[in-house]
Amino acid sequence: MLHLEWCYQLLALLLAATAWLNLRSRHHARAAFWLILALLLAAGHWVLQAEHAGNPLPAQLAGAGVLALAILAPGMRRVDTEEAPLQFRQSLADRLGHRLLWPAMLIPSLTLVFALFGSAIRIAGEPLLNPPQQALIGLALASLVAMFAAWALTRAPASAVVHESRRLIDILGWAALLPLVLAALGSLFEAAGVGQLLARLVGEVIPTASYGACVLAYGLGMLVFTVIMGNAFAAFPVLTAGIGLPLLVHLHGANPAVVGSLGMLCGYCGTLLTPMAANFNIVPVALLELDSPWAVIRAQWPAALGLLAFNLLAMYLLAMH
Amino acid sequence: MNAWPLLGVALVILGFARRWNPVPVVVVAGILSGLLAGFSPAHVLELLGTSFTANRVLLLYVVTLPAIGLLERAGLREHAQRWIGQLAGLTLARLLIGYLALRQLLSMLGLTNVAGQAQTVRPLLAPMAEAAARREQGIDEPVPSDARQTMDVRALAAATDNIGLFFGEDVFIALGGVLLIHSFYAQQGITLSPLHIALWALPTALAAFVLHALRVQRFARRRKVDRDGASRGSEDQHAPS
Repeated sequence: MLHLEWCYQLLALLLAATAWLNLRSRHHARAAFWLILALLLAAGHWVLQAEHAGNPLPAQLAGAGVLALAILAPGMRRVDTEEAPLQFRQSLADRLGHRLLWPAMLIPSLTLVFALFGSAIRIAGEPLLNPPQQALIGLALASLVAMFAAWALTRAPASAVVHESRRLIDILGWAALLPLVLAALGSLFEAAGVGQLLARLVGEVIPTASYGACVLAYGLGMLVFTVIMGNAFAAFPVLTAGIGLPLLVHLHGANPAVVGSLGMLCGYCGTLLTPMAANFNIVPVALLELDSPWAVIRAQWPAALGLLAFNLLAMYLLAMH
Repeated sequence: MNAWPLLGVALVILGFARRWNPVPVVVVAGILSGLLAGFSPAHVLELLGTSFTANRVLLLYVVTLPAIGLLERAGLREHAQRWIGQLAGLTLARLLIGYLALRQLLSMLGLTNVAGQAQTVRPLLAPMAEAAARREQGIDEPVPSDARQTMDVRALAAATDNIGLFFGEDVFIALGGVLLIHSFYAQQGITLSPLHIALWALPTALAAFVLHALRVQRFARRRKVDRDGASRGSEDQHAPS
């Protein structure tokens, strides 16, 4: 009954409202940026449908929209959007106490409930939340319920809803866009054959007769590729087709389940190390208002390298049994 | 084989190294690689638009922000901090390690969207971690939020969320990594059971928990040593006068 598409429309509305407030406070670049993004989200379904039906024009327009966003992004300097004064926040916190935690906890707990039961509940024969995206639709629905709960609890004026979401969205700024353009970059790299090219280069320089060298090349290759592409899922097919399958599984007779599983995990270690994995490493920098774009990666690299060593060793020892 | 598309990779690396704004760098690199691979400009724009649109789910976390903004306006962060400040038994290490365990377990069940940087780290985990760290240092006053140590604690909270997510998700059989591995091998004519693939990820999940828990503990201990050193230092300064 409820589709993910509906959540994108909600998101587009939120971004359009942010654009409107920015226009009113004369931040024109910001206003244009959020408005174009809102349009891209609102028209997304139509773009993909037209593309599927063989009409490339909407997708080309969307591509031009992305290009416009890229041009606008450097002009989005951090602005101080006014937050409610500390004294005001303290006094409300004093009055509301633990009740303030409830709407915040509603987001994870309702998402959990929707993820587990959302598609099992049927209204007029249709699942309430369309599988298999019930967890994502659930997240949007839970956020909406939490918003109304927070609104009722804090007795905020209606304008505060828009002002507060604008404040947080402006804190994110262009960092919000990075995960999407990086995913698009991954697709373009794939279409341009960048992956196969790199895999071939790696395959040419390693001593293939040595099992250890092949494990090392595959594991490190997954790491480096993930660092470049920002996504272990993009690196996996390229590296496994280029090195894992022909050299480890076919030539040395390694167990494919072990090779695949631990190879993917080497890629995950790469995800912890790269600004290209923006939704994990750059978006939190904006969300938590950290001072360095490398702050999250700096907190992660020792764990990433330790786990990489563990994965390589485990693959070496386990794959031959 | 045409090696020119590799220039796109070089541009991305250069852009990140020179700290240019990453959005235009990434978009231009993608367009460059596409053009160098011999695609027409119209086709490159089409690829860009389609893949951007197909990945819009990556922006979905933004829908959590209105609720979180409203609660922050009413002092959610201040309340979370004060509350943790009163719970004497909840140390920084216990808080973060407990969150890590919970995040890994939920992800192993496929419940990856239950927590996250926007949903739980910004409104709850980060302010709680800050408060726990501050109490351990014996500071009553709120530290300016841009202080070095506050930044480090927040970054560690974000890292804890990421590590818990990655090294739990890989054990879940019906989503993401495991299914990709399964379908890749199936295309190559090798049939594996998804459960089998997931099981081989379990040792790394345990290793990730142990390794990060140890790091969190070391971080907390080092801060304590810093504090003791600092307070001794200030006593020394007071001694002569």
